[in-house]
Amino acid sequence: MKTLRLGTGAGFSGDRIEPAVDLAERGDLDYLVFECLAERTIALAQQARRLDPGAGYDPMLEPRMRAILPIQTRRRFKIISNMGAANPVAAALKTLEIARDLGIRGLRIAAVTGDDILAAVSGTDFTVLETGETLRAFEKPFLSANAYTGAAPIVAALEAGADVILTGRASDPAMFLAPLIHEFGWRMDDWEKLGRGTLVGHMMECGGQVTGGYFADPGYKDVPDLANLGFPIAEVDADGNFTVTKLPGTGGRVSEATCKEQLLYEVHDPAAYLQPDVVADFSNVLIAQEAPDRVRLHGATGHPKTGMLKVSLGFLDAYVGEGQISYAGPGAEARGQLALEILQQRLATAQPALRESRGELIGIDAILGAMQPDRRPAREVRLRFAARAETAEAAGRVGNEVESLYLNGPAAGGGVTKSVREIVAIVSTLIPESLIVPGLEVLES
Amino acid sequence: MLLRDIAHSRTGDKGNISNVSVIVHDMKDWPLVQERLTPERLRAHLSWLPVEKIERFSLPQLGALNFVLHGALKGGVTRSLALDAHGKCLSSAVLELDLNAPACD
Repeated sequence: MKTLRLGTGAGFSGDRIEPAVDLAERGDLDYLVFECLAERTIALAQQARRLDPGAGYDPMLEPRMRAILPIQTRRRFKIISNMGAANPVAAALKTLEIARDLGIRGLRIAAVTGDDILAAVSGTDFTVLETGETLRAFEKPFLSANAYTGAAPIVAALEAGADVILTGRASDPAMFLAPLIHEFGWRMDDWEKLGRGTLVGHMMECGGQVTGGYFADPGYKDVPDLANLGFPIAEVDADGNFTVTKLPGTGGRVSEATCKEQLLYEVHDPAAYLQPDVVADFSNVLIAQEAPDRVRLHGATGHPKTGMLKVSLGFLDAYVGEGQISYAGPGAEARGQLALEILQQRLATAQPALRESRGELIGIDAILGAMQPDRRPAREVRLRFAARAETAEAAGRVGNEVESLYLNGPAAGGGVTKSVREIVAIVSTLIPESLIVPGLEVLES
Repeated sequence: MLLRDIAHSRTGDKGNISNVSVIVHDMKDWPLVQERLTPERLRAHLSWLPVEKIERFSLPQLGALNFVLHGALKGGVTRSLALDAHGKCLSSAVLELDLNAPACD
């Protein structure tokens, strides 16, 4: 029986493009999957779509398609991506335009829709998981509601002969699971196979994180040539067990250790990894190096799906204002502390009031809490002050107060930066899968 | 003995929950890590972190523990004011834990 070769072309929207081009050219791939959607990205994309009905898909779609489509026409692999974000149909139209511009004819481009359920859930009594309130009672209006959908709509697109499939908020592993279901004819209630296919997706969805990225710790865990990190390939058997590898001549490393770290990445109970199509069970997975840069994963399984889908709900939470300034040389830390005290005093009475604030010295206590008191004083510190406010104007006060330290604060402060960010935050809920109405549109260049 | 000498670690985030894996380099060290690296000990080591609850899952065939730290991300990536809003740096902090130091009860 045939082995399927799946490659990852991106693990996040801003990911490197060259490794995807290399995989497309030399990977002998059947499928190339681009995972580009983080929890919050879709809410931001919905905002973009509201301003412009033709927008709301991934801003990197065009450079990616321009780099990959010419190779795809020669190498004949299929592309699956959630770069459709808040507007898969517009993403498909854009891809069609690019294909025609490149002189590619007969390319079938599918848009998978149905994950946008804002209209269906607005004002309902579904529960916000983080707060326990109903959606109806939530403090702010929702900008977006997107369900994590499963493999079935992608399988339908493959059955319709699509070469490029663009989805919205499909679950990340589902983009890898779908071609396995399609090619191997797995049943949608074969929980063991679906669990294994989910593990394929889970190991692959973060791209370079399984081939040596997010791993190096010099002297303890060395990784060669991270500047040329190769993206992963999964060679999957019909029973769903698989080998993770990468192209020869690329940087990075595929080892038992890199695979173990990725196996548990963003996992809670390894025996119950909740997905739209299955409750995947990684608790008895075996991981074995079979050759350099080749690791075998064996023995995942699965249990019946819950019938519920997770939904990400976006809302405009607040504005965050931030300012930073540096102090260096003898007494740097004491001057940084003095500056923090000044800021706290100045901003305590700010009107309109700040909702929450945080001041720290980067290099001293910004990330890991206070350091040991008996250490030597730092030669350089960078003060960081951040606060949340209801309006952009109120948040802007933070950066201005930090900047004022130049003239009004401790001696020799330098290098001020300041910013105000609009915060679109995310909460989640669960809905029955029956609420989803999947849609499929296929275009041809 | 610092955990970093015998194990490696990776952090992931989902909403307001952080998970930290701890994986031994050599299976000979697994019994020690499994016995001593309890949720209580981890909580004491990360005393500066506001954690509501710590769960521990064990994968003995991989020499791996997975800790799930509920409420660790101060409202989650999208709302937190923290510099490292994802909690990506937590894994390195966990590896500073000294397995030979007396455990706090």
